[in-house]
Amino acid sequence: MTDEITTEMACKELVEVITDYLEGTLPERDRVRFDAHILTCEPCREYVEEMRATLRLTGRLTVESISASKREGLLRAFRRMKASST
Amino acid sequence: MGSVLNGQTLVRDSDAELIDRLRTGDEAAFAGMIDTYSAPLLRLALAFVQSPSIAEEVVQETWMAVVTGIGRFEGRSSVKTWLFKILTNIAKTRAQRERRTIPFSEFEVGNTDEPAVDPGRFLPATHPQWPNHWAAPLQPWSIGPEGTALDRETLEVLRSALQNLPRAQQLVVALRDVHGWPAAEVCAALDLSEANQRVLLHRGRSRLRGVLEHYFAEAPTLPSPASEGGKVCNAQSISDTTQRSR
Repeated sequence: MTDEITTEMACKELVEVITDYLEGTLPERDRVRFDAHILTCEPCREYVEEMRATLRLTGRLTVESISASKREGLLRAFRRMKASST
Repeated sequence: MGSVLNGQTLVRDSDAELIDRLRTGDEAAFAGMIDTYSAPLLRLALAFVQSPSIAEEVVQETWMAVVTGIGRFEGRSSVKTWLFKILTNIAKTRAQRERRTIPFSEFEVGNTDEPAVDPGRFLPATHPQWPNHWAAPLQPWSIGPEGTALDRETLEVLRSALQNLPRAQQLVVALRDVHGWPAAEVCAALDLSEANQRVLLHRGRSRLRGVLEHYFAEAPTLPSPASEGGKVCNAQSISDTTQRSR
């Protein structure tokens, strides 16, 4: 911990550094200011939770992949390649 | 995770093993690779070509290049990065044929200021007591329980919001938050600096949150608030431990 006198973080700043905070790349001093801020600021706590909820929901989006027939075609090509190289 | 330092080159054991298996014709290894990487490759291809069917062809060509070129993999990068390079080259050629502008300039973050939240939502910097603080409280979100119609609708809203992000943001957010890649791998695959990757991630995530906020404000409410079955959990109750583990 630092004894340095730190200025309080404003909400407008918090919403810009939240990704650095969640990524663990926010400098120590700012991380302390961030933590101190959300301790007393209800809307910012809500904001942080909303951001976490956004990440959680995004993680649930399903992904599209290639078709089964194309996949099968690739595996056939792989087998042919193996056969011709042995 | 085990790694061997090989001269200047850091090769992951798992990658080295995978390549060995491919070289010896291990079909299960190739199938596993297709299943793991086709989705993110498809995502990247769509950054270059417009139609999903052409993107799929680009991915297919990439895999064919792997089949014929596995002997040329030198282990200077991870398999993932190597795959992305192959795909990028194929996709660029294809995009030129389609006369589509290659969006690489879009990967540059640029200097344009893009606030995470509309500045009008905050009190002015000159406010005597609460400068730059929220002007009004935020409304908690009513997220429907998983599997409900409301939940599916939310995911649909989010999916379309992701599709509508600027391409570079979309790609970074998709790889990080949908596909669950670590930052370092996204940087390597897209040739982005860590700082730029974070800016794109921040802007993209902030926009998605904004879309969801708007959606929940308009919002669908759950049918019967009295019943236990229609339990609503607001964002607040999603604990700090919801860090995704994928």
